[in-house]
Amino acid sequence: MHKDLVRLALGERAVRLHLVACLAAAVLAGLLVLLQAELLAGVLSGRFAASALILLALVVGVRALLVLAQGAAAGRMATGVKSALRHRLLARLQESGPVRPASQRSGELVTLTGRGLDALDPYLSGYLPAVAVAGVVPVAVLVRLFAADLPSALIVLVTLPLIPIFGALVGMHTRAVTEHRWRALSRLGGHFLDVVRGLPTLRAFGRARYQAEVIQRVADAHRSATMRTLRVAFLSSLVLELAASLSLAMVAVPVGLRLLSGSLDLSTALLVLLLAPEAYLPLRTMGSRFHAAMEGVAAADEAFAVLDGRAENGSPGPGAADGPGANGMADGPGANGRADGPGGGVRADGPGGGVRADGPGETGRTGPERGTAPEIRLEHVTVRYPDRSEAALEDVSLVIAPGERVALVGESGAGKSTLLHLLLGFVSPSEGRVLVDGAEIGDHDSWRAGLAFVPQRPHLFATSVAENIALGAPGVTTGEIEAAARAAQAEEFVTALPRGYDTVVGERGVNLSAGQRQRVALARAFCRPEAGLLLLDEPTARLDGRSESAVVSATRDLTEGRTAVIVAHRPAMIELADRVIRIADGRVVPAGEPVVKEPATRSPAASVREGGSSS
Amino acid sequence: MIDLIGVPAGRAKGRASGRPLLAAAAGAAAELAGLGLIASAAWLITRAAEQPPLAALSVAIVGVRAFATTKGVFRYGERLAGHDVALRAQATTRERLYRALIPPGSTDRQGADLLSRMVDDTDAVQDLLVRCLLPAAAALVTGVAAVTVGLFLLPAAALVLLAGLLVAGVLIPAGTAAAARRWAARIAPARADLAARVADLVHGAADLAAYGAEERALAAAGEADARLAGLERRQARANAAASALGVLVQGLTVAAVVLTAQGAGAGSVVVAVLALTSLVSFEPVLPMAAAGERLTGVLAALRRLREVGAAPAAVTEPDAPAEVPAGPATVEVRNLVVRHDASRAPALNGVDLTLTPGRRVALVGPSGAGKSTLLSALMRLVEPESGTIRVNGVDVRDLAGDDVRRVMTGLTQDPYVFQTSVRDNLRLAGPEADEAELSEAVRRARLDRWVERTGWDAVLGEDGRTLSGGQLQRLALARALLHDPPVLLLDEPAEALDETTADALMADLLDATHDRTTLLVTHRLRGLESMDEIVVLENGTVAQRGTHDELVSSPGYYRDLWRSEALTAGRY
Repeated sequence: MHKDLVRLALGERAVRLHLVACLAAAVLAGLLVLLQAELLAGVLSGRFAASALILLALVVGVRALLVLAQGAAAGRMATGVKSALRHRLLARLQESGPVRPASQRSGELVTLTGRGLDALDPYLSGYLPAVAVAGVVPVAVLVRLFAADLPSALIVLVTLPLIPIFGALVGMHTRAVTEHRWRALSRLGGHFLDVVRGLPTLRAFGRARYQAEVIQRVADAHRSATMRTLRVAFLSSLVLELAASLSLAMVAVPVGLRLLSGSLDLSTALLVLLLAPEAYLPLRTMGSRFHAAMEGVAAADEAFAVLDGRAENGSPGPGAADGPGANGMADGPGANGRADGPGGGVRADGPGGGVRADGPGETGRTGPERGTAPEIRLEHVTVRYPDRSEAALEDVSLVIAPGERVALVGESGAGKSTLLHLLLGFVSPSEGRVLVDGAEIGDHDSWRAGLAFVPQRPHLFATSVAENIALGAPGVTTGEIEAAARAAQAEEFVTALPRGYDTVVGERGVNLSAGQRQRVALARAFCRPEAGLLLLDEPTARLDGRSESAVVSATRDLTEGRTAVIVAHRPAMIELADRVIRIADGRVVPAGEPVVKEPATRSPAASVREGGSSS
Repeated sequence: MIDLIGVPAGRAKGRASGRPLLAAAAGAAAELAGLGLIASAAWLITRAAEQPPLAALSVAIVGVRAFATTKGVFRYGERLAGHDVALRAQATTRERLYRALIPPGSTDRQGADLLSRMVDDTDAVQDLLVRCLLPAAAALVTGVAAVTVGLFLLPAAALVLLAGLLVAGVLIPAGTAAAARRWAARIAPARADLAARVADLVHGAADLAAYGAEERALAAAGEADARLAGLERRQARANAAASALGVLVQGLTVAAVVLTAQGAGAGSVVVAVLALTSLVSFEPVLPMAAAGERLTGVLAALRRLREVGAAPAAVTEPDAPAEVPAGPATVEVRNLVVRHDASRAPALNGVDLTLTPGRRVALVGPSGAGKSTLLSALMRLVEPESGTIRVNGVDVRDLAGDDVRRVMTGLTQDPYVFQTSVRDNLRLAGPEADEAELSEAVRRARLDRWVERTGWDAVLGEDGRTLSGGQLQRLALARALLHDPPVLLLDEPAEALDETTADALMADLLDATHDRTTLLVTHRLRGLESMDEIVVLENGTVAQRGTHDELVSSPGYYRDLWRSEALTAGRY
């Protein structure tokens, strides 16, 4: 029995009801077999008249109804449990914050939450009822046998426990080996998938055909090893079958001899013959459903591991790293002296000119006010992820003026994205403070309502393009969506799609190119005209020249009158910024090193690019 | 019946056709022994009640004991043989699937999800055997045996039994199979919808959080789940109805057999044997309802696999491949036209290109211009519509695809990282390479620091999860350098690297490819001064070609891009 799973099933009222109904129907149907045997033995021995067959048919009918009820209730119970688990998994996902899935085995989580939970069906609707029946029916059969014929009952009573005992003995002997093989085999399945996925790479290096032989050889070895294991593992079922059939023989032969001597009547003898197998049958059914059920147990284990946060790689989300210095690793931020944030000088010459930097909201800052560009101030911020010893950001201090466009540059892994996630509220500083217009970020939801974010690889959702654009502004009109698309230079390709704005984006956005996805993400940002803070994570990474200039040009428009933090590594995007902040190994590289950027004068390149785009 | 789903195995060799028969025979024998056991026991008991001499019972006593002993042994044999057969069958299917996928084809562009479903489909063969065919064979043999016994005892009762068995073993399974087809058509989209919503929640978590759309997405997933659960509940009811019907048919058949026999005035021995034989003969037949249901899914999976096998290859291999011409390779591309889709404009429309030994050519142009298509054509992964590609005068169409790729290969698009060690991930490009060569390739790809930190034997995760995009690119480059083909193709080697690393990598790359025949696809122009020729592709045709200096001095895509890059270059 899977404790967590049963607890979950009992915890939900509707599920509990259906579970009870399902088990009760299964047990009742099992018990009716006794009545059926009674009637049949009576009719065959001539003790009952043939008219008792009507009663027999009635019993069979009731049994059929119970089977139907059991199946229907099992279906309801199983879907109930799966829905409840799915709900909890998704809720858990939500709790752990948006940064984690990128680092965790997100693909596995998707599979587990979707198809993976279907493995629970055999366990819930097959195995659990079988366990209930196995717990009740053999006892009832024994009781009836004792009442009917003591010697036969004793034989069944003695042999019945042999099944679980032998099963346990063989099981104990082979369990470790069997489990090892199962794991090895599932690994092998993964290996095959791996090879198939990597086929283009293998082909490029002329290794595709060679790998076919490897697949064969490895699989052959595994099959022989598996069969060796199964030869022993299946002994338990051999014992089970033998115990059941030999006991029947042990019952039938003496019964026959006693009939011969006249010490037993035919009706009782037939009843014994009909009932004896029914004592073993539930155990055999349970055994045969065991393996399929174990897959469900594995799925359940995985699900509960995720729920309890002890999944593989399952570090609690970085958001859990709240509380400055909470973890013992904190060795104080002062390692590098309290140098003021390099480049911390506020340059409030916002490019749009029209920056309404009305004074910072004094207290309880929850979000940038509508349409205002906020000032961002980081004071000695250190961010640590629980699963990493080095800090992702270390003692970072900087000020971004209202309306300023800042480019964050640095090698991958330097901490640029962490800084962005900090401003998004996806991670919290382990030490130090993030101040927006002088106040710390309060409620994350209302804070995020005032900003717009363009990630490096935006996710397009499996809905229409229009809904994708309106992600952050569910109430907007079609006109506003189209205006946003136009501003993001997305209109041309969107209208060229089969159903225009109503085109449903395919599996993970496969039918849009990287540049087009990027522009849809920009359109999302344009759809939030009131957002005062703009956060962009390498919006032109992976784009070629023309797409890049379109995105850069759209970004330029988007940043007008807003505070913008742009993680960038392409010159065109860096050029857009008023200031460049270089990050290396989680620290801000002091200004004066070769990072200084000339003030953004009108360069020929800029005019070239603008000439090349539609603006 | 248990089933080792997800178990791959080796190719079934030799007596592949004999093994399933053996498994089926063992299964049938086990069922027959069960039938014999109950029939002989019934005969023993009812005959004993007539109090004949003991000798009259001895055959039945022996029969009961013999059947009881052999039943378990046959069952054990069946399970072993069945699993062996299933493992072999699946191994064969997987191997066939893999071999069908080896030639370049349309399946190359399928998503990871589709690929994994394809791999799952190979499990269906196991199910076909273990859950459908073998049990059906056992059920058939048992049914025939029971009816035969009945025919000897009382033909009328046998006909009743036959009718019951046909309903339970043929009609009901046919019904469940048909129902399963209908349900699959409704459940599959619901399941896909749920998977898409969950994928949105997981992969789009950052987008959702940033735009405060989490609750909406969660609600959408909840609705998809509810829809699926509703369908699954109704399906469960339908399946339960089939089981209930089976129970009903079994019980009523037995009652009818007894009624018929008693009505015909048969003796109590005959009636009892008929009744118990009928009762037991349904045991292997009733599971056919579930088998029918499973069969639908199995057949659909097999159909999909057959489609993979039947998918036309992207290129036609020559019947008698020509010898690969010896000596340094000269590649001539003449008036090449490649069309991916007959209804659309060609991806390449009349491209000329010459790669002579030691000459380095760069291919630039906007995305969708046909750069990668040209590389695919060179690697013989797509069939040109017209035009020729010649290696030392030999048309690549006369060469085996593998031989063409022996001449021309390198860093391809979307390089894949296998779930194996760093060393083996490199070795696949150079199985004979020694440690020094491995280290050299890694150093040239500027991956040495990372390898030192990670270790040569570190196992890389699924989808190369432990690698950043830049590291992946460098690993792919190291593979290409290790492989060292006569003509090195490099598709966007600096993709996804940050500017500083990309500069360093390109510098190193240009250094490493000195005097090597190289075709470099790139979107970064820095360093291209040293290339012998730069070809600018736009809309599938060569828009410009020449050296860097020539291209910079004439208006066009190249100069535009160069100016924008040059103005910001050298800043760091």
